[in-house]
Amino acid sequence: MFQESRLHGEFFMQGDIACAEGALAAGCRFFGGYPITPASEIAERMAMRLPLLNGVFIQYEDEIASMAGILGASWAGVKSMTATSGPGISLMNENIGLGMMMEAPCVVINVQRGSPSTGLPTTWGQSDMMQARWGSHGDYGSISLVPNSPQEFFDLTVTAFNFAEKYRLPVFILADALVGHMTEKVVIPPVEELTIINRKYTTKKPGEYLAYDYGKDLVPDFAKAGDGYRYHTTGLTHDRRGYPDMTVECQEELVPRLVNKIKNNINDISLTEEYDIEGADVIVISYGITSRTVLPSITAAKEKGIKVGYLRLKTVWPFPEEKIRKLSGNVAGFVVPEMNLGQISLEVERCACNNSKVKLVPHPGGGIHKFEDVLKAIEEVAHGK
Amino acid sequence: MANNTAKPIIEEKPHPMEDLLRMDRMPHIWCSGCGLGSAVTTFVEGLKKAGVSYDKTAIVSGIGCTGRVAGYLRLDSYHTTHGRAIPFATGLKLANRELTVVVFSGDGDLFAIGGNHLIHAARRNVDINVICVNNFIYGMTGGQNAPTTPLGAYSSTAPYGNYEMPFNLVGLAAAAGASYVARWTTMHARRLTDSIAKAANKKGFCFIEIVSPCATVFARKNKGGSGLDLLKEFQTRAIIDHEADPTQIPLSMDNEIVCGEFVNKDKPTFWENVQTGIKAKLEKFSNWEELQSNSTKIPHKKSVTYTSSRDTYNSRSNT
Ligand SMILES: Cc1ncc(C[n+]2csc(CCOP(=O)(O)OP(=O)(O)O)c2C)c(N)n1
Ligand code: SF4
Repeated sequence: MFQESRLHGEFFMQGDIACAEGALAAGCRFFGGYPITPASEIAERMAMRLPLLNGVFIQYEDEIASMAGILGASWAGVKSMTATSGPGISLMNENIGLGMMMEAPCVVINVQRGSPSTGLPTTWGQSDMMQARWGSHGDYGSISLVPNSPQEFFDLTVTAFNFAEKYRLPVFILADALVGHMTEKVVIPPVEELTIINRKYTTKKPGEYLAYDYGKDLVPDFAKAGDGYRYHTTGLTHDRRGYPDMTVECQEELVPRLVNKIKNNINDISLTEEYDIEGADVIVISYGITSRTVLPSITAAKEKGIKVGYLRLKTVWPFPEEKIRKLSGNVAGFVVPEMNLGQISLEVERCACNNSKVKLVPHPGGGIHKFEDVLKAIEEVAHGK
Repeated sequence: MANNTAKPIIEEKPHPMEDLLRMDRMPHIWCSGCGLGSAVTTFVEGLKKAGVSYDKTAIVSGIGCTGRVAGYLRLDSYHTTHGRAIPFATGLKLANRELTVVVFSGDGDLFAIGGNHLIHAARRNVDINVICVNNFIYGMTGGQNAPTTPLGAYSSTAPYGNYEMPFNLVGLAAAAGASYVARWTTMHARRLTDSIAKAANKKGFCFIEIVSPCATVFARKNKGGSGLDLLKEFQTRAIIDHEADPTQIPLSMDNEIVCGEFVNKDKPTFWENVQTGIKAKLEKFSNWEELQSNSTKIPHKKSVTYTSSRDTYNSRSNT
């Protein structure tokens, strides 16, 4: 039967396809999107697969509509997603803000290209790292996950849905064209073996329910359209009933809560991978595809006797501030190779706060880091230059 | 001394629309003399008449004075971003096809910033109803030009009189493919109620324009007098002609306001078309791998493979 045709097993699979499969495995049943290289394969796969799982695929007229549409589907209680690249995210940002304010769970995939503007459609970059954090106007907590392989694109898409449901917000995946377009082995476990989190539906009766009442976890209970709750929700500053309230008091209660519901849970959300951190003199911090392209330089530095550790960020936002602050007391410095002219290195610098050196190895995108450049940076930091 | 057992002079009765209005949000923010009050009253009457389940009815608004409608109705209600109510509503409806989904918003919201969404939702014939209050101006932001502002009319951004051709909303909705298209003024309470009720029970994309007085900014900029004066003017200018071609009845400062039900047809909705298309394919194949392998077997004229040569790949002009 078509309905049971969820994949599991070992596949030789493209990153974008793995992402689509991860979404389906997580329970995504609504995709709204607009084509753009290098993310289109996600939409194409969803167009093929969703109808067979009783889901909905719609190719909207633009990215603005796509983002608004997945928020609507989310309010109908259906897990929803969109996928795009830099210019598309720029268009989505207004409604990403609406999703943050309305607390609508959904997932936004950004398969990054070299930018600004239309930039490098067919090659890669990591140019939208800051945009994911600060793209929409205003303050809000934000979660961004960064895969470095097709396998991880699958895994982190499942995680993204889990975070979206648990903390009620649009969650980003910041992949890049290399991860999206490369084909590698992907293992898809049977659906029963995956951890799947669903949003907390209210157990209150319609008359007693307040759409934005919350407890210690700061995350309000959800009620979906059509269940008789007849709630109101708005992008305006609102009270616990969801009614607009233009007072400072209301803003003071609402906006910090949107930030803190993520900030307070950084231990749950922050995913990192580390090697040889203990006793390291230099730590290379990288994320996404860069974390793979810089490995040979790290190996070479080790062969030269330099004590190099390696920290990979799978979660970029919220930024693992505490971890880096603590490490900064013990090392000579950090080397941060990234495919932009220094976005995440700024964060590292902020956390290292003059305790240790931070050396950026920039790359504008479209290619990968040169072996020698990364090695040279490691050596310089190790020798206190 | 007050006599507790005496009957109060004014008996407290529940508001007749209490089941559909959020009484805890009254008073509303609209100006006195604004047409929005009548538009909402008529909408409530229309929903009652349609007999739809209120629990299964959702209302989505964009931004502006009209955009505030969602907040005053006791339904599942969504006050979204400027111009984006239609795609939001499309997602809501497609994800839960049991719902009756109504978009209630202003002419600026739906036809300026949201114009692209409106024509595409009409083209797809998504099963939602769009009610557009046309007051010929941007009310909430202080009387700037709208895509409906008549030629020559004054607005805050047309201090010498508007020199842009206005949109004819019913013509645009009909041409884009709507299943149902009607225009009324706030004065046509009974006919408008009927249209709203009809649309609530009709499948496909239904569009209703409500010509409405903006007593504060449009009237002030154009010496239109009070809300009541504007209604009187509508009364003298409005005619009803169901046979009119919706593309031929634009509105200006002083012509006839042709009202009526211009389009009422049955055609497959977006979702029905999706279902038909998929069913036809699924009957041929027993599982999706088979379906997929079949689709990849279709020979391509020019097959492009992702090779290490940047030139080959870049020859696809993807932007
Ligand atoms: C992206 C964006 N641009 C501009 C605005 C400001 N704005 C608020 S209401 C409005 C006009 C709404 O006009 P209309 O839909 O005609 O509603 P009315 O107030 O006349 O009912 C505008 C431009 C906004 N909220 N969002
Ligand atoms: S500004 Fe105009 S449209 Fe807005 S509430 Fe006042 S009268 Fe109505």
